[in-house]
Amino acid sequence: MSTAVLSQDTRAVGRGRPGVRSTLTAGSSLGLGVAMVWFSLLVLIPLAAIVATAGDDGWHGYVDTLTNPQSWAAIKLTVGQALLVTGVNIVMGTMIAWVLVRDRFWGKRLLDLVIDIPFAMPTIVAGLVLLGLYGPKSPLGINVSNERASVTLALAFVTLPFIVRTVQPVLAELEADVEEAAASLGAGQLTVLRRIVLPSIVPAIAAGAALSFARAISEYGSLVLLSGMLPYHTEVVSVRVLSFIEGGDRTSAAALATIMLGVALAVIFALDVLQRRVARRG
Amino acid sequence: MVELTAPVKWTVRLAAVGYVFLLVGWPVVTLVQHAFAGGLDSFRAAFADPDVSHSLVVTVEISLWAVAINTVFGVGMALLLVRHEFPGKRLLSAFIDLPMSMSPVVIGLALLLVYNGRDGWFGPTLEAHGLVVIFNSPGMIMATCFVALPLVVREVIPVLEEVGDDQEQAARSLGANAAQVLRRITLPAIKWAVVYGVVLTLARSLGEFGALKIVSGNLTGQTQTAPLVVEQKYNNFAQGEAYAVSFVLVLISVLCILVVSLLRPKESQP
Repeated sequence: MSTAVLSQDTRAVGRGRPGVRSTLTAGSSLGLGVAMVWFSLLVLIPLAAIVATAGDDGWHGYVDTLTNPQSWAAIKLTVGQALLVTGVNIVMGTMIAWVLVRDRFWGKRLLDLVIDIPFAMPTIVAGLVLLGLYGPKSPLGINVSNERASVTLALAFVTLPFIVRTVQPVLAELEADVEEAAASLGAGQLTVLRRIVLPSIVPAIAAGAALSFARAISEYGSLVLLSGMLPYHTEVVSVRVLSFIEGGDRTSAAALATIMLGVALAVIFALDVLQRRVARRG
Repeated sequence: MVELTAPVKWTVRLAAVGYVFLLVGWPVVTLVQHAFAGGLDSFRAAFADPDVSHSLVVTVEISLWAVAINTVFGVGMALLLVRHEFPGKRLLSAFIDLPMSMSPVVIGLALLLVYNGRDGWFGPTLEAHGLVVIFNSPGMIMATCFVALPLVVREVIPVLEEVGDDQEQAARSLGANAAQVLRRITLPAIKWAVVYGVVLTLARSLGEFGALKIVSGNLTGQTQTAPLVVEQKYNNFAQGEAYAVSFVLVLISVLCILVVSLLRPKESQP
């Protein structure tokens, strides 16, 4: 009897680290347990399987898969295009968010609605939609299908909403009086934008850019019909992973997938840090 | 508020509107034109094909399952993350966002490695007990749940944080049990957030392509979903039918956005 009480006491002391005290009740513990079992079966164990399988051929096999010329070309293309598109989004996304918050014109509500279409639209359809205007039968006479530009176009399409939607709410909540004060003290519009507005929306732009980069790195569906998936030319990492899977080479597929998993983890880590920084400032 | 001079204002406005029009607006219009190029012929041809109608049924079934599972998981997880403290909470919260930045292809591969019946970690054992996961509905539901995992959680968490737990505590102190508090206080407060989450999850689930291509095996007339049919039809030179099925999918996704955007303002003025 006394030993049981004693062991319970030490457990309580051991758990008493500040900040991690559990406030779970019996019912919510059960709920957390069930949720964690599902989460493990769905997400954690399958992701662990990728890491484990990637190591099947040892370290050398892993490095060989990544430095294989075709895979390396795919990695370079994907990272390069993702950076390019994220750059475009930083400029255009911020401008669109600005227009949506500060400008007033007929049809603004429609613009706001259209921004969400790439997020809700099936990715395979996104590719088909872009082919309509920028494919072989383009009414504009621009045909990018099977060209590098098709990758840029598809990635720009699917990542359009990210920066707009992260910057928009922050811009809407900015206090107008700081800007007015600066202007009344003689600051020009450029100075106000650069010194007052920009610093307050930079964390939001960074968060949107991280999401947009991650999405661009991992895109697959919209490229299937548009890019032609040509090795060394328009083949991105996702396409390469899928062709490894279809060829039955799961070890190489997993090896390449670890790179994308690493990027995804880095992005959620960056977002967590950014969110905390924004919260502390606010 | 800083006032831009007229030329700057017009340049920014035209650049923003022009970019969105060229990237999204006009391409979507051309899709509609292509779909209706021969009147309703493409639609008739598409829906006369039993494989197409079957794929739509499969897509809806899989999506409804995924929406149901993710809604229960999402609301439960949001309640745990907001209302309770426990070790590892921050890590769990960050991990729930992971599917947002992960390739559908990687998600498909991950599930394949664990649940395939030949050499997966759990697959052979499960198949010995009669549960075929990969190239079958369970795997397709799991893949869809995975890709849409954060959507409900992320809609519900901010609302739960904002309403606070005063009313819940009041109800509890007046003798309500946990189920009564959940049904009478918490769920009504987060109702609209759950609705947005469900609509977003539905849109995402109906359109999933990459992950399902891997775990479904893309078997025509059996596990093939509507987005997979679009690819097959397009590559088999039945482009009219591909455009027709795409139009149906776009219509559903646009309706989903409309529902969300029409519901959203109501929340601020209840």
